[in-house]
Amino acid sequence: MRKNIINFIVTIILAYLLSLVMPWWSVMIASIATALFIPLKKSAVFFIPFLAILLFWFVYSYLLSSGNDFTLAKRIAVLLPLGGNPYVLMLVTGIIGGLAAGISAIFGKQLSLVLNHKKQL
Amino acid sequence: MKYFKLILSFVLTIGIFYGLNTKFGSIPPIGKFLNPYSGVWQNETDEAISGEVSIPELKEKVTVHYDAQLIPHVFAQNELDLYRAQGYITAKHRLWQMEFQTYAAAGRLSELIGKKALNYDRQERRRGMVYGAEQSLKKMSEDANTMAIVKAYSDGVNSYINQLSPNDYPVEYKLLDYKPEAWTPKKSALLLMYMTKMLAGGDEDMENTNALRLFGKERFDLLFPDFFDITDPIIPKETDWSYIDVPQTKNPNTKPILDSIAETIDKPDPNYGSNNWAISDKKSTTGNAILANDPHLGLNLPSIWFVMQLSTPNHNAFGATLPGALAVISGFNQHIAWGETNATRDVIDWYKIEFNDDRTKYKFDNQWKDVSIRVEDIKIKGQTAYKDSVLYTHHGPVVYDKNFKSDQELAGYAMQWTGHIPSNGQKTFTEMNKAKNYDDYVTALKNWVAPAQNFVFASTSGDVAIWVQGLFPNKWEGQGKFIMDGSKSRNDWQSFIPQQFNAHVKNPKRGFVSSANQTPVDENYPYFVFNDGFETYRNRVINDFFNSKDKFSVQDFKDLHNNNYNLKAAELMPYMLENMKTSNLTKEEKEIYDIAKNWKYNNDMEQIGPSIWSAWWPILNTMVWDEFDVEDTAISTPFTYQTIYLLKNNGDDAFMDIIDTPEKETATDLFNLSFSKAVTKLKDWKEKNGDLNWVNYKGTFAGHLLQAIPAFSRFDLPIGGGKNIVNATSENWGPSWRMIVEMTSPPTALGIYPGGQSGNPGSKYYDNFIDDWAAGKYHSLNFLQNNTATEAIIGTQTLTPKK
Repeated sequence: MRKNIINFIVTIILAYLLSLVMPWWSVMIASIATALFIPLKKSAVFFIPFLAILLFWFVYSYLLSSGNDFTLAKRIAVLLPLGGNPYVLMLVTGIIGGLAAGISAIFGKQLSLVLNHKKQL
Repeated sequence: MKYFKLILSFVLTIGIFYGLNTKFGSIPPIGKFLNPYSGVWQNETDEAISGEVSIPELKEKVTVHYDAQLIPHVFAQNELDLYRAQGYITAKHRLWQMEFQTYAAAGRLSELIGKKALNYDRQERRRGMVYGAEQSLKKMSEDANTMAIVKAYSDGVNSYINQLSPNDYPVEYKLLDYKPEAWTPKKSALLLMYMTKMLAGGDEDMENTNALRLFGKERFDLLFPDFFDITDPIIPKETDWSYIDVPQTKNPNTKPILDSIAETIDKPDPNYGSNNWAISDKKSTTGNAILANDPHLGLNLPSIWFVMQLSTPNHNAFGATLPGALAVISGFNQHIAWGETNATRDVIDWYKIEFNDDRTKYKFDNQWKDVSIRVEDIKIKGQTAYKDSVLYTHHGPVVYDKNFKSDQELAGYAMQWTGHIPSNGQKTFTEMNKAKNYDDYVTALKNWVAPAQNFVFASTSGDVAIWVQGLFPNKWEGQGKFIMDGSKSRNDWQSFIPQQFNAHVKNPKRGFVSSANQTPVDENYPYFVFNDGFETYRNRVINDFFNSKDKFSVQDFKDLHNNNYNLKAAELMPYMLENMKTSNLTKEEKEIYDIAKNWKYNNDMEQIGPSIWSAWWPILNTMVWDEFDVEDTAISTPFTYQTIYLLKNNGDDAFMDIIDTPEKETATDLFNLSFSKAVTKLKDWKEKNGDLNWVNYKGTFAGHLLQAIPAFSRFDLPIGGGKNIVNATSENWGPSWRMIVEMTSPPTALGIYPGGQSGNPGSKYYDNFIDDWAAGKYHSLNFLQNNTATEAIIGTQTLTPKK
């Protein structure tokens, strides 16, 4: 459990730091890295980074948008179309980031297994 | 197994990256688009209106004060700095729009949205949009001062673009997944071409040729007369033209080419028009001349206009600018005010061209002249470029040939257009912004070639004037109504009307000047003026208004802008209601009939009468002109005014008959038949959409430039008015800028447009003028007299030279 929490927090911190210098797919790099160095088990491999980035992107979007009365978020939520609800747009944003992170983490996990296996040889 | 899982998860990872980073059809690359660091969330903000920005090559400090409407008031120390700042500030608020419009002008939309825009792009290239812009650029570069400020504007735009990082790009770039490119003086020339096409890019030569071929000359002249039985021209009827000593070109009596043409290129919306008027000091309640302008263009978001104050120590101009072009287009300075309406003269003619066997030469006066070839290289997103070779003759581009909308192997149709004539239209506006009196205004106008405009003028000294300005070919009587034989030099444009003989009037006896796209002059003007279906309703309402009493105030001007009187309906509908048979009306029809009878012909929001008229008239018009429904033939139905005239005066003309029925119909029969159909149409509409009130039925909207995507557009705007009405607000076009300037010293002005100063859909300034505009309200324009922030100023940004 502790590992899950550590992975969760490190994923967010790493994703944030990488985002300063890299495009959106830095979340994928972040979760591959955490999967390599803080390996998790079973479904947590996917869900921890998924939830971490979902939360991160949701909150970040909320912070950017709330100061502006959600003006654009409401419009984009019509464009996509999500019924004009900015919170649904934030959730979708979070899920997209989370998916990218979760799937990359599975790859990171597999990579760590192969690398550890090699080490053991 | 491990390796299998590794590879599988790797493929999945690459897959999700690709899936979220790639644009599929119209779906943006969703990861790129939605992530909070560089996606649309970054656009949840208003533009910065304070602080300091350093701009390369600026000579001195430029101050930009913003008022509560986000109108920038720019104070520069010299012209170069001023236009550099205009470029920078315009880009800051409207970058995507200004660039997109030049892509559209240049036939480059395929680059952004792929092959579906190819036909549009080819059409724009073939009508010589880029060629025309290049011609203008050449002319501009002959004038060192113009070129220097156009270059400064361009650099100003680029200073803004260069300081953007991808997360700052306007939303539309993120949506379409591309990035801004460098601005160039050519793009400013393209923007002016875009306006030229919008306002002077239409003609009916092909359609007229088909009509002449099908119906003969006598019938054609009845349906498309040079003048209507009433005229209320821009230049008053009593004007003495005896000073004009250059005669009209003699008619060579050549025969038109009666080819059959199936399809023509897109024409600009024929509904675009405008009003302007001005009253002299003597006709004004306050003793100050007053001027008004309202150009009727597409109601788009971002709006076509961007309002600015532009000043140097030598001049101080304020008004509506066009993002991409320099200076104020419709506005005022400390001494004068000006505004434009479109002067739709026939400035496009078509010539049939005969080629030699390998299409390298064309016949001209029994010789073969070389064609020149211009290869248009059209880039297409995700595909290889399309190369289109366009042949050019001395007339202009051969738009239609075997490669485009025509199947004639060795012939084609060349377009002659004043839009292709090299001109420095930019200078007209940079000079107008500095004009101090009537003479300066006339000097500024002199070089204006296209699109021809009715430039209205008023000054603080109480003068008013209007010039119908453009470069007009001096045509022989009837020249250019139909396709001409391009192989005969006597069919060429022989000369142009000397500029000083362009129709104009200064301080007419009646004390006011006005224009509303009607005929510029009556029959007494000594040059041929082709009737392109000139407006015949707004002009009469406006002129009747100013003839109705001695003195007028700013309030009267507001009332006139918002005048909803439907003169067109008033001239036909009572006649129809009176003459149709009412004994057989069904209950539903009787109900609608009674509402129609009680209508006072004002297109006010809550009225049902305008909805009835608007359903009824097009059905009737189609019924009258069923003879014009000919397959594979480009043809236009006769002018509205003339149709109404014939319905009332020639009700038993053979055209009234519906050719598909055995009976012989007259106008009265058509009134009944079309009325029944209209009632059915209204009933169906009501069942689907609810109340028949005009405001609902009309459904005015301001659509985003990208095919009016609903997310960035505004629908169901609460406003009355309509086509051929002074308040010309129709479904998607109308008063795109309303301005009233009273010529106090300095002038006091009101202005508003259906949009907002920001081009960012994430800004509250994106559409914040719309409600007030729809309600017929105006905003006071804060005309700052010096570089001191007044209480109207909410933020000041300083542009400083780069150290």
